[in-house]
Amino acid sequence: MPNRAEIIAEAQRLRARFEAQGAQVVQTPVLQSAETLLDLYGEDIRGRAYVTADPLHGEQMLRPDFTVPVVQMHMAEGAEPARYTYSGAVFRRQEENPERDSEYLQVGYELFDRADPAACEAEVFTEISAALEGLSLRAATGDIGLLMAAVDGLETTERRKAALRRHIWRPRRFRALLDRFSGRVPVPASRAALLAAKTPMTHDIPHVGLRGEAEIAARIDALREDASAAPLSGRQVDLIEALLNVRETLPFALEQLRDIAVDLPSIQAAVDGLAARCDALSARGVDIETLEFEGSYGRTSMEYYDGFVFGLYAEGRPDLPPVATGGRYDALTAALGGGTGIPAVGAVIRPGLVLRLREGRG
Amino acid sequence: MTIKLGVPSKGRLMEKTFDWFGARGVMLERTGSDREYAGAVSGVEGVELVLLSAGEIPRELAAGRIHLGVTGTDLIQEKLAHWDQQVEPVAELGFGHADLIIAVPACWVDVDTLDDLDAAAAAFRTTHGFRMRIATKYHRLVRDFLRDSGVADYQLVDSQGATEGTVKNLTAEAIADITSTGETLRANHLKILSDGLVLKSQATLWRSRVTALSGAERAAMKALLAKVG
Repeated sequence: MPNRAEIIAEAQRLRARFEAQGAQVVQTPVLQSAETLLDLYGEDIRGRAYVTADPLHGEQMLRPDFTVPVVQMHMAEGAEPARYTYSGAVFRRQEENPERDSEYLQVGYELFDRADPAACEAEVFTEISAALEGLSLRAATGDIGLLMAAVDGLETTERRKAALRRHIWRPRRFRALLDRFSGRVPVPASRAALLAAKTPMTHDIPHVGLRGEAEIAARIDALREDASAAPLSGRQVDLIEALLNVRETLPFALEQLRDIAVDLPSIQAAVDGLAARCDALSARGVDIETLEFEGSYGRTSMEYYDGFVFGLYAEGRPDLPPVATGGRYDALTAALGGGTGIPAVGAVIRPGLVLRLREGRG
Repeated sequence: MTIKLGVPSKGRLMEKTFDWFGARGVMLERTGSDREYAGAVSGVEGVELVLLSAGEIPRELAAGRIHLGVTGTDLIQEKLAHWDQQVEPVAELGFGHADLIIAVPACWVDVDTLDDLDAAAAAFRTTHGFRMRIATKYHRLVRDFLRDSGVADYQLVDSQGATEGTVKNLTAEAIADITSTGETLRANHLKILSDGLVLKSQATLWRSRVTALSGAERAAMKALLAKVG
């Protein structure tokens, strides 16, 4: 196993490489505002990050990744377009996988640019791939933007679409919502009783708590509206399924997605974006004939990615986490910027894994 | 050396544990003054009584500082990651029954399931600008349960006691707590979600999986388990 000094040296080598490509070196504090991360990722992040506290500053988290502080720094003082690189330790609790490291180094490359999204995505993918040249890696790619566009285009109520959008990154919940909206599962008895009641707000239960009567009444109205709306058609659910089940090399995936877009025209722009990405990758010398694409890739472990996503995995080592991961995260910059975001693509490499793979090979 | 048996040091849980062992021919008793945490074991050789807070028994079992211990399923699963690799249940003692549940105000006539809670949480965050607060002391169990159930836009706020009062006091919108009869919930105008059962708990005798036993200790463990296992 490589020692820490060797891993730091490898991290610096990778960072210097990105610096030579024009990226500006940035530093971020290890202690991050717990509130910011909790508001972004929800309570689940407590299970994956180390929380600490002091009486003066309240809750802080040991940096679980660099993306959030780098975006914050860029929003505060960055010029556009911008390329950043960094290296340092990140900290992750590993209750589910105790054999995995809870502290490890990451080296990142982040690109903030409003022009030509496909070219930006191809640049990040090829910069990361080139830095790892010589290792036997398998690339997986996906595009969360396709699923988002598909949801936007469903022939159903705005409220249902908003509920599905909210759970894009929770596949089981998303599935359950599709089942309910399409009438594939029965309405729960308590819901049916509530809908049947003429005056559900008339009762003698005392009101307690901050959630007011108007909020309860508004939700009942929303449930009534939902009950009177037509179910989501089975055909539309099938189209979403078809989209999620695409698993091909890029040219074939593109062909399948074009077929799906005939029935689901809302994804056309995202499919065109994927085609442009294929061209941009080819122009940079990537062999897209062998590059894999999965319609559901990146839905479970990469919460903030909302477009292109990719991961590089060591061949024959399913026990190892990916050596590099990255993607587009426009929505994250908008959330952190209070509505004003900037298109952003970035990726990280784990230098410790790079060294382990090199050692294993020779 | 002796087998160390950890038992809750106070109250009904201690008394009922003593009764349960007594009915099986193992006499446990406190010795010295009322305030001294010392105990004695008779009816079986080579077993030592260790009086501990019920909340510390999981940690002591996982560290191997006690071989056996009596505490609730809720505390074992809340305090130990991969609890089943660290301890194994020997016997359920049939008392200390309690359910860890999610409860919301009874006046929330629109909320009966976790699906409703999730939808209400989303609307609440939009209206109030912060994530819906759920008061609990069982952070890990509740967080895992809500994650597996796909509930978002909530936050856990710590409450070490009088948790049912947090809703009326406007420091939480919902709670996740232990209940046995549900009376305190009703008195505080709360109701349990129909699919809001996180865990069923009762007092249980646990054996540490991490302790290595010497020959004499193995014999003492065997003799004890023959009576109570």
